[in-house]
Amino acid sequence: MRPPPFRGAKKEAAELMPWFFLRGLAAALALLLFLAPARAQEYEALLPGLAGGFAQQAETVERLGLLGDPRAIPLLQAMADARLLRLADGSFAPQQGAAPPEGATLIRINNRVRGALRGALGRLQLVSPDPAERLRAADAILRNRSAADIPLIEAALARETQAPIRARLELALGGARLASEDVAVRRAGVAALGASASPEARGQLLAARAANAELLPEIEAAIAAIDRRLQLRRAAETVFQGLSLGSVLLLAALGLAITFGVMGVINMAHGEFVMLGAYTTVVVQEICRNIPELAPWSLPLAVPAAFLVTAAIGAAMERGLIRHLYGRPLETLLLTFGVGMILQQVVRLAFGAQNREVISPEWMMGTLLLSGGIAVTQNRLWIILFSLVVLLACFAAIRLTRFGLEMRAVVQNRRIAATMGIRTGRVDAMTFAFGSGLAGLAGVALSQIDNVSPNLGTGYIIDSFMVVVFGGVGSLMGTLIGAFTLGLLNKFLEPYAGVVLAKVAVLVGIMLFIQRRPKGLFALKGRAADQ
Amino acid sequence: MNRRLALLLCVLALAALPAFNALPAEHPLHVPDFLVSVVGKWICYAILALAIDLAWGYAGILSLGHGAFFALGGYAIGMHLMRLIGPRGVYGHPVLPDFMVFLGYTELPWYWLGFDWFAFAFLMALFVPGLLALVVGWLAFRSRITGVYLSIITQAMTYALMLAFFRNDMGFGGNNGFTDFKELLGMPLNTGATRAVLFYASLATLVLVFWGSAHLTQTKLGRVLTAIRDAESRTRFLGYNVTQHKLFVFVLSAMIAGLAGALYVPQVGIINPSEFSPGNSIEAVVWVAFGGRGTLVGAVLGAFSVNALKTWLTSVAPDLWLIVLGLLFVIVTLLLPKGLVGLLRRRGS
Repeated sequence: MRPPPFRGAKKEAAELMPWFFLRGLAAALALLLFLAPARAQEYEALLPGLAGGFAQQAETVERLGLLGDPRAIPLLQAMADARLLRLADGSFAPQQGAAPPEGATLIRINNRVRGALRGALGRLQLVSPDPAERLRAADAILRNRSAADIPLIEAALARETQAPIRARLELALGGARLASEDVAVRRAGVAALGASASPEARGQLLAARAANAELLPEIEAAIAAIDRRLQLRRAAETVFQGLSLGSVLLLAALGLAITFGVMGVINMAHGEFVMLGAYTTVVVQEICRNIPELAPWSLPLAVPAAFLVTAAIGAAMERGLIRHLYGRPLETLLLTFGVGMILQQVVRLAFGAQNREVISPEWMMGTLLLSGGIAVTQNRLWIILFSLVVLLACFAAIRLTRFGLEMRAVVQNRRIAATMGIRTGRVDAMTFAFGSGLAGLAGVALSQIDNVSPNLGTGYIIDSFMVVVFGGVGSLMGTLIGAFTLGLLNKFLEPYAGVVLAKVAVLVGIMLFIQRRPKGLFALKGRAADQ
Repeated sequence: MNRRLALLLCVLALAALPAFNALPAEHPLHVPDFLVSVVGKWICYAILALAIDLAWGYAGILSLGHGAFFALGGYAIGMHLMRLIGPRGVYGHPVLPDFMVFLGYTELPWYWLGFDWFAFAFLMALFVPGLLALVVGWLAFRSRITGVYLSIITQAMTYALMLAFFRNDMGFGGNNGFTDFKELLGMPLNTGATRAVLFYASLATLVLVFWGSAHLTQTKLGRVLTAIRDAESRTRFLGYNVTQHKLFVFVLSAMIAGLAGALYVPQVGIINPSEFSPGNSIEAVVWVAFGGRGTLVGAVLGAFSVNALKTWLTSVAPDLWLIVLGLLFVIVTLLLPKGLVGLLRRRGS
């Protein structure tokens, strides 16, 4: 492609003195700068050929295709659709209305020109600056599956930088090679397709089996290789979905692990606290919408807001109601269930029964494509991270703070803790508020992946109780392991049993599990276990 | 003697309802149709309340899954009612019910066999809930799962059943359940006479269950159950087989709940998986708590009063009903631990 003087200059520079080399380089640079206008001129010079005889038209189209100027795309497209007009001033334009304007003539083409147009358009669209157009062109070539496309695709592959388009092109290359006359090329195609992990490549190979008896063992091996990779990818995606479900369960169950596990208060309104957290997110978002500086920060702001709102309601509930029922767990269960009912109905009356929309911030949207084609949705990834951060914060709060120390002291021996000057009533209220606040955090996370509706919490409450019971009451570690075990188990059973039966199977499994270990996976040992 | 007389008067007052319904519409004492069917429903709820009270009020087993036993009994009778529709369905299939034709079944699933006979369906309405209670109860009581743990497990049980019955390929009509019933024991379902028969059958069952439970609680078995409620470990150390006693009362209670469901479904004319929803079970627990747990009169009184309140409120202010129900939970647990009966007794003494 490069003109001879350039090559000459380079040779000269390489063989002669360094400053000659520099001069050569300067010449090359100047030439490069000159090249773009030169191509533009060439494009202009070629255009009139479109109106010539069929042979000239075909040659012009081919040269336009080789030139790679994207300006030619709409013109060639119009020509292929028989809509290209030569205007009175000699320029070309696609016909817009039903009838051509005054003095314009329609360009006619024949089959040979049509063939040249197809090739040129494919070539041009593959180098289009617009990635969407390149992807479309790659798809068109992929469907085409003609051996004639091989050099075209190879050229495009050499230039392409975007991964999804590259994947398409590689697939198209494989398909085109499979259509070749040459056995060696076909063999290379089979090998290339077999190195991918796409169901389309598998489909191409399956279709090629009948026509390629001599390549059958290679094709079978390639299909098996693709199947292995697909299986691996499915397994990886199932693991991710399981971790995602597990992180949601972990968030919902952490609060229960505090209120139920540590305090022994069974809070059936926990699901409603989760729901309140989600609605707090909605409210914070509504407020932030009116303040442009805050709008992108509405979700981070919702995290402390939801914690505080639910913690305050939790503290009020503990001081006002639950306090009077310590030592009577069944009554507490009924009471908190009633409170949950009231909360749910109040929210339904205040916000309406329909789902509320929560907009995810930009950095949480979209899908990450990991190596091997594993698709990972970003918001779920963030929730997994968030749940682990919250878990760590819980550990820290219980192990490292004064509040955590007092809480543990009250749990271990209330009367001695009181004698030591700990205000046990206040610690109770704060512990319950802490657990409720964690439910609010779960609500913030759930608002990103679930419908925010008044009965958001009911779907999670039974599962979270199962996590706490399974993991072992009063153990955060148990809650972590329990949540992720149940999440993974659910997602791995789903392909075989369906969503509902998987859930039923897990519930039955837990009931059987409790037979073996009535105190859960991580049973408390020592004196605390007797209480 | 006085109390017996009062109870007898109550039963007679209830029994008079269908009779007054038979009076001509312009008669001043005429009772509208809907009142008969609503009270008929309440009687079934009262039977369910008695079942819960036997387990919770007398043996201390708080089950949050009794709605499941109720619904299973209802499904058993519902299957019989579906079989009686015969070729009169919308699709007119000679054997299969409409929903099976719709879902592409070619033959009746094996577990539907036998439901052509009323006696079999009736036995199943008792047997299936009893069997489920036996299995769940045996697993739970054997490993000494008590208190709230048992409550949560029974709640998970009814939740799991609800999810399962929502599935179309379970062969129980999916989320539409069974409806469009035509007749029972040769009587067309939507006539006043059938309504009266079902009403009297429910009332008779209520009286029978009440009488049986009253006797049961006075026997040695009943006393041991009360002892288990108050001090489970001590009863065990005294040499009683706590597991067997609890299992007995749990299974009995589940069968009574199944019976209530079997009487309920022909009267309301529909059964669907939402009957399994955990909310239903816990609502039934509140009837008992509100009336007064540990007293049979309280359970019946609670079922009637809370449901009367519900029927009235859902027609006057439907939005408020759930808030009032929630408040009932709070009031009962904090202020009325012995329920209405406790309140009345305190006034009396």
